Amino acid sequence: MSVWARIAGWAALIFGLLYFFVPLGGLFEFSLRARRGVYSFDAYARVLADPQFQATFSYSVVMALVTIVIGILIVVPTAFWVRLKMPWARPYVEFLTLMPLVIPAIVIVFGYIRLYNTSSWLPLTGSVFGTNILLAFGYTILALPYMYRAVDTGLRTIDVATLTEAAQSLGAGWVRILGRIILPNVIPAVLSGAFLTFAIVIGEFTLAALLDRPAFGPYLQRIGANKPYEPFALSVIAFAITWGCLSLIQLVTRFQKSAPAKA
Amino acid sequence: MTRALNTLRQRFPLTWLGLMPFVIFVMMFLVLPTMHIVIGAFQTRDGSFTLQNIIDLNTGTIPSSYWISIKISVASAALGSLIGFAMAAAVVFGAVPRWIKSPLLTFSGVASNFAGVPLAFAFLATFGPVGLVTVLLRQNFGIVLQRDLGFNILSFWGLTVTYLFFQIPLMILIIAPALEGLRREWREAAEILGASALQFWRMVALPILFPSLLGTFALLFANAFGAVATAIALTGSSLNIVPIQLFAQIRGDVLGNPNLGYAMAFGMIVITAIANVLYIWLRVRAERWLK
Repeated sequence: MSVWARIAGWAALIFGLLYFFVPLGGLFEFSLRARRGVYSFDAYARVLADPQFQATFSYSVVMALVTIVIGILIVVPTAFWVRLKMPWARPYVEFLTLMPLVIPAIVIVFGYIRLYNTSSWLPLTGSVFGTNILLAFGYTILALPYMYRAVDTGLRTIDVATLTEAAQSLGAGWVRILGRIILPNVIPAVLSGAFLTFAIVIGEFTLAALLDRPAFGPYLQRIGANKPYEPFALSVIAFAITWGCLSLIQLVTRFQKSAPAKA
Repeated sequence: MTRALNTLRQRFPLTWLGLMPFVIFVMMFLVLPTMHIVIGAFQTRDGSFTLQNIIDLNTGTIPSSYWISIKISVASAALGSLIGFAMAAAVVFGAVPRWIKSPLLTFSGVASNFAGVPLAFAFLATFGPVGLVTVLLRQNFGIVLQRDLGFNILSFWGLTVTYLFFQIPLMILIIAPALEGLRREWREAAEILGASALQFWRMVALPILFPSLLGTFALLFANAFGAVATAIALTGSSLNIVPIQLFAQIRGDVLGNPNLGYAMAFGMIVITAIANVLYIWLRVRAERWLK
């Protein structure tokens, strides 16, 4: 390794790290400026006390949890069934789960609005409950690529066929096999999918804005247009939540790696 | 009775029924909505077939918005690839201490998922009119970003620089394994034959990495092209890129023709699909060497 290569390497690394950390520092510094002349947490206090923040944030949290449940109910049985009974179908299923990365979210929600409007055969957008369900389904689709890959990777580490046969010969039905045998075995994988889903849903903007639901993303964008410091404090909070979720994934994956050794 | 049922099952295998919940869900909430848009792009308002919507894409501000979108996506993908590649190479080839690699990859995993409204605010707080860097440069060096460097966060370059925040980490994540696939033997063989470092890169490493690099570039392009939230939060509607224009169209039918909106969405799918197909194809090619 020549001196020049070393210098170039350090330069690239330092430039990149500055690129990551300067905006984060800028964001944090700005969020503390609410009181003139001194740094304070005033903007945070105002944001946390805002009933609209509380309402939109808890709405997004509930939507995230609902999305995770729907995602688990759809992905785990499917990935299990594909591994157990229809390995030939795997490329096709995987292709379908990757489609949300190809089709932009804005196009998907455009389709929802046209396909499920009040004058259609399934008027989901006609009621608040229906729109909430539609939004949760949309989030499930957005999270599908991550959820499916996480669960499928988890299933690869266990012997699905043997476990299923053993459970069947002891008289277990499909629901019991899935709920009591398979799910507990892939729980670290499911959890990392769930955390990623949570992070995606909390910050999501496009779907919620176009379906007109009071979620955190649109709220953040709205107050960005008319409040001076609050949106920056909110962004710090949003960063913290996302990064919290994603570091939990790291933790869970580490746990998953050590699990077979203990058994 | 049971035997009859079993023969029936063998004749009509029912295993595919297990996939039905997934297939129905994906059909209803992914495939059908997309198909509806795609078909609508080729229909008139009363439902007959037409190519007029596609032709009409060439009117008004639509071509320029596609053009700006493509330019921003190309610029952020190219710069992202370049910087990400340099950082990944520095870590993988040991120009910097090895222990940096694992935290950098972890961090990249987090940052590559970080697009959206908060990211826009982070860059506003840093490079905006009263942002941290703007103020620092003005007070300490007398440099005014807008006047002296022609940089405005609410512009083409502003958006490109903001997108780089998730483009660089994505590049690092994807290219690092490819760089690790470059075998030590190849470098040693090249050295024994008398190649300089530059020759090794030009004649061995880069040709091998080329499909990976181009494929990742395509992926980054698609990634930037579909991004909506960051752009809207950052520039409002002042920058006329495709996702923002489509957003306005869905909100309030600003084009005055819903089927023209379908055609715009269809155009987005075509462009991201081409980029993704290119990525997958080049990835398969890249894997021939890098196992």
